[in-house]
Amino acid sequence: MTLIYEASRAGRRATAQAPSSRDDCGGIPERFLRDTQARLPEVSELQAVRHYTRLSRKNFSIDTEFYPLGSCTMKYNPRASNTLAMLPEFLARHPEAPASRSQGYLACLYDLQQILKAVTGMRGVSLTPTAGAQGEFAGVAMIKAYHEARGDQGRTEILVPDAAHGTNPASAVMCGYRIREITTGSDGDVDIEALRSVLGPQTAGIMLTNPSTVGVFDRGIETIARMVHDAGGLLYYDGANLNAILGKVRPGDMGFDVIHMNLHKTFSTPHGGGGPGAGPVGVSDRLLPYLPVPMVARDGDGYRWLTEEDCPQSIGRLHAFAGNAGVLLRAYVYALMLGREGMPRVAEFSALNANYLLKRLQAAGFEAAYPERRATHEFILTLRRQAKSLQVNTMDFAKRLLDYGVHAPTTYFPLLVPECLLIEPTETEDMETLDGFVAAMVSIQREAEEDPDLVRGAPHTMSVKRLDDVRAARELDLAWKGNG
Amino acid sequence: MSNIPSELKYAKSHEWVRDEGDGTVVVGITDHAQEQLGDLVFVELPEVGSLLNAGGECAVVESVKAASDIYSPMSGEVVAVNAALEEAPETVNEDAYGDGWLFKLKLSDLGEADELLDAEAYGAQIEAEEH
Repeated sequence: MTLIYEASRAGRRATAQAPSSRDDCGGIPERFLRDTQARLPEVSELQAVRHYTRLSRKNFSIDTEFYPLGSCTMKYNPRASNTLAMLPEFLARHPEAPASRSQGYLACLYDLQQILKAVTGMRGVSLTPTAGAQGEFAGVAMIKAYHEARGDQGRTEILVPDAAHGTNPASAVMCGYRIREITTGSDGDVDIEALRSVLGPQTAGIMLTNPSTVGVFDRGIETIARMVHDAGGLLYYDGANLNAILGKVRPGDMGFDVIHMNLHKTFSTPHGGGGPGAGPVGVSDRLLPYLPVPMVARDGDGYRWLTEEDCPQSIGRLHAFAGNAGVLLRAYVYALMLGREGMPRVAEFSALNANYLLKRLQAAGFEAAYPERRATHEFILTLRRQAKSLQVNTMDFAKRLLDYGVHAPTTYFPLLVPECLLIEPTETEDMETLDGFVAAMVSIQREAEEDPDLVRGAPHTMSVKRLDDVRAARELDLAWKGNG
Repeated sequence: MSNIPSELKYAKSHEWVRDEGDGTVVVGITDHAQEQLGDLVFVELPEVGSLLNAGGECAVVESVKAASDIYSPMSGEVVAVNAALEEAPETVNEDAYGDGWLFKLKLSDLGEADELLDAEAYGAQIEAEEH
């Protein structure tokens, strides 16, 4: 497929679009006009439409295929969320518009703050962080601000289990902390003795994902919370897997002091491909003063922004505005559609679907990484047997699944399980789709035994073959530099 | 079964150590480690002259699957690094015990060698990890 830049011809343009000369820019002051042409592709409107439509047909997306990408919660994005978030009154609102002209938008954000507080059991919420990783950064920065405000300067370490998302240690290091890794026990829970051996006056906090990335709920969470608090540390909840417990168990009740939520996962806003996210943070009483601004407050009959003036101890701003407006609105609509009754059904059906899929795959001969544990909303298979006896590994299975019309589950993560597939069906899939996934896996297993090269050479039906990811990583080439 | 030369010593964290007999050792990652990581795409080495502690993080290897810290198996001063790896990280995959070496240490505590595993014990550890 050609790049749109390669289709470019000097002077060609869609009549409905950009002005072709400075004279056409009536009304824009001279000092704002650029002196050199922007390097944009010059194509007709029809060429542009065809180019992007063709590209979209190469997409493997939640709108076209089953997408059981573990820990990413790729569930259906309700169209009603799109429709309502794109009401012209929302779309046309300028981010610099005064609060008096933005009361409807502010009311939505205020309600969303309240809903997220209620469903997580936290005392305050800021919607500002624009992604999970930024929420993590904000969360750890608040932990740091808390210790510093108390003059507790010796706390230099953050504890992170070895099963954690890589963003956890990265966020803590960005905030100036040293990382101490804690091992995961063979049952998938945090090893309490390992935790005890590293806790001390140097402990600033612990970052936990619960349910963890190995797809089990840590049964020792109350003990962990007590131990960390007794040592003077705080508990950080990574909300990546919040879908599993939504409306059933609240991180605030488990003893967590700070949580980030991935609204683009749990609250079903579109994501993937690097699109905009939302990683709001919620906090317990002790971290309330440090929440990032701006937030929304109720003020008599109306609403207003809370800024540094209202929150002098805030860790500050992370973004020019209060998060990605369109994403927050979609999440708000989704939350309202679920309501108090719908939230626990998300957790129930995502756990039911995951456990159904796990049991059926085990019955078909696949090996679960934690066979003695009930799955939460996701679970891990290990294909180490296939890799050893058939020389067909997890990546081969994943690529062959594409030929069967299934997006590959997460592969080779978490790192502590060899040859693993992390599978998260989500609550929005029906039984026929789950059965279809099992049938595809059984079929690939048979192919691996009878014709292994077929699986090793997959995918065969996609618009691109298996990519050379080694060469892509070694010879990074990210920017189109022109035809010469 | 991966290759575990009997003349080398090993750390639990999958580094190998070759005694040069002059108070220096050469360090790399084992064949098993490179196999588990897959194709390496990036290697970050310690600086010559830096002082390392046994068990401390000292280098990073990155593959298409993961980035992993390398821990120094012994304490000492870095006297040489395999700078060729920056351009050709795949050498570690191709020749983990030879041209794929990472760095050379001038030891500060020769006694630490007793803490390391021999080939048999390291082989047993890999075996145990797989089950």
